[in-house]
Amino acid sequence: MNILYDMFSLALMMATPILIAGLGGLFSERSGVVNIALEGMMQVGAFACAGLVFVLEPHFAPGSPMPIAFGLVLGAICGLVLSIIHAYACIHLKADHTISGTAVNLLATGVSLYACQIIFDQQRTPAFTKAISKVSVPILKDIPVIGDLFFDNVYPTFYLGIIIMILTWFIVFKTPFGLRLRSCGEFPQASASMGINVIKMRYIAVLTSGFLAGLAGGVMVMSQNTQFTAAAIHGYGFIAIAALIFGKWNPFGLLGASIFFGFAQTLGLYVKDISFLAVFPPEFFNALPYALTIIALIVFSGKYNGPKAAGEIYDAGKR
Amino acid sequence: MKKYEKIIAPLLAILLGILIGTILLVFSGKSPIYMFSTLIKSVIGYDILKPGPINLRYFGEFLVFSMPIILTGLSVGFAYRTGLFNIGGEGQVLVGSAASTAAALLLPMSGVPHLIACLLAGALAGAIWAFIPGILQVKKNINVVVTAIMLNYVGLHFSNWVVQQMPTFAKAKTDYFPVSLKSPFLASITNNSRLHWGIIVVLVALVIYHVLIEKTSFGYSLRATGFNREGARYAGMKVDRNVVYAMMISGAMAGLAGAIITLGTFGYGRQLGASEGYGFDGIAVALVGGCNSIGIFLAGLLFGALKVAQPAMQALQIPKDIATIISACIILFVSMQYGIMDVVYKVVGRFKKKDEVVTKDGGEA
Repeated sequence: MNILYDMFSLALMMATPILIAGLGGLFSERSGVVNIALEGMMQVGAFACAGLVFVLEPHFAPGSPMPIAFGLVLGAICGLVLSIIHAYACIHLKADHTISGTAVNLLATGVSLYACQIIFDQQRTPAFTKAISKVSVPILKDIPVIGDLFFDNVYPTFYLGIIIMILTWFIVFKTPFGLRLRSCGEFPQASASMGINVIKMRYIAVLTSGFLAGLAGGVMVMSQNTQFTAAAIHGYGFIAIAALIFGKWNPFGLLGASIFFGFAQTLGLYVKDISFLAVFPPEFFNALPYALTIIALIVFSGKYNGPKAAGEIYDAGKR
Repeated sequence: MKKYEKIIAPLLAILLGILIGTILLVFSGKSPIYMFSTLIKSVIGYDILKPGPINLRYFGEFLVFSMPIILTGLSVGFAYRTGLFNIGGEGQVLVGSAASTAAALLLPMSGVPHLIACLLAGALAGAIWAFIPGILQVKKNINVVVTAIMLNYVGLHFSNWVVQQMPTFAKAKTDYFPVSLKSPFLASITNNSRLHWGIIVVLVALVIYHVLIEKTSFGYSLRATGFNREGARYAGMKVDRNVVYAMMISGAMAGLAGAIITLGTFGYGRQLGASEGYGFDGIAVALVGGCNSIGIFLAGLLFGALKVAQPAMQALQIPKDIATIISACIILFVSMQYGIMDVVYKVVGRFKKKDEVVTKDGGEA
């Protein structure tokens, strides 16, 4: 039973960046802009966060959480800045969303590694000393089972993810703003005829998604790594998009999908301890999360295929 | 889009991309002259900073890097003409490499038939890898982009596993193959570069691409599918079948790219830590080349130059990632070409007579 609790704690850690980036994707896709650039925005966020934490650490008392807080904020801002490019290309210059997203991903890889070489003179950021540490919530952790699963030895970033998820759910599904946002993703011409500024709504959504993806990148590098490298994100942004589809563009579905993918990642790390799985080669488990993503999409692909106008170039005159 | 715009827009994108790269280098305190001199040296083997005799080996290596990029460009272009975005070239190249490695080491054949079997194995593996997203798009309505990206990662680990199973595998690579595309003749005329017979494969693929897309009724129905899927369906074309076939042909070309890298450039199977970016280069090449064979050929040479020059740039203290940034900017500007041409017209329009601009806007007073 203990190994299962350990695995679950790790799975939640793996799930958190997928959840936060996926919520960013939810904003963007609900407004009608497909954002496969989440991966790149996470990459830039991770670089900025890891870099700033390394620079700030000597100036604070050892063990202070302040450098991490500043790092996460800077990561989120850098993700937002990168998303401006994607937003401008897709909304103003009528670029194909997927192509623009691919270009932004490539740009993010280039810029973050270039900056590493200019600032730190190597292909990666130097290692920081203090990563995010686990916490236990008093009282709540004594609840049987649930306490062990969700409140004992959990990374605080998971709670951050949950807070953002509830906020997203409230904003997108319970406010007039959210209703307008969703209408832009379903039938933007009709929204425009009702006086909604489609272009403004889409800018807000894409910039929010950049902010959240940058934050997710920071969270990921601070909890799963000791420095930023070219492979620091390794496809989590894309998995976040898959989780979004798998979770039917809904925050709670997204949470479930994220935990599922987190588990898939964790399985590879624990395989040595589970005798009947140890016969498979390590490559099998490296590939497993990505293969499971495809299988999950096949099994759970349903009638709802996401916001109707997502990925379409907005043309106000189209009927 | 008018015909001259199709040529001007990519050229403008290339210029803007290089301009941004240059500005970035200047701002980070590096000399862009080194970047340009390295690029020129990597292509024609002549160093403008240290004049001397032209070394044709550089030209040979430049072609070695350009050939797979032209093939992945054809791969992305073929799918794009059918209205599909094949972002899975990375994985298709890798499984193509692994399949040709297995065929080269395991098939009990020899000589040219063996070589052809190896190339076909690579193409087939790529086609199978691209078949998966194609069929899922058609049957389950799952976006090809997401599936193809996931298959890139699966392909990396799977092909590493295949290479490790080879009998002569040791220290992250296999022994040399009994057959290869290596050519003493091509090497001798390019001062011992790694230039190989893969160049024939690339030229044949360019011709096949052109004939298939532009000259056959199958190509016509593919293009119709790309222009307007529902329209093509209404006209009685088998749209779903076209989508799957287009993905498979696209994957086969990417698989061939993997095969010529393995059989020609190296001549042995390799275990890789990460993908080498040929699939993403293919996206840039196809978009800049306007998805037609001549354009893809020329764009392939451009991106081949950017790729082959990277190690030499790094040696001159220019971070090699500047090439990635330039590629990304070029893709970005090509993707925005409609918007950019609008801006160009606005600027040009200011210098033109007023009534001309009015006509362009639809004759409103």
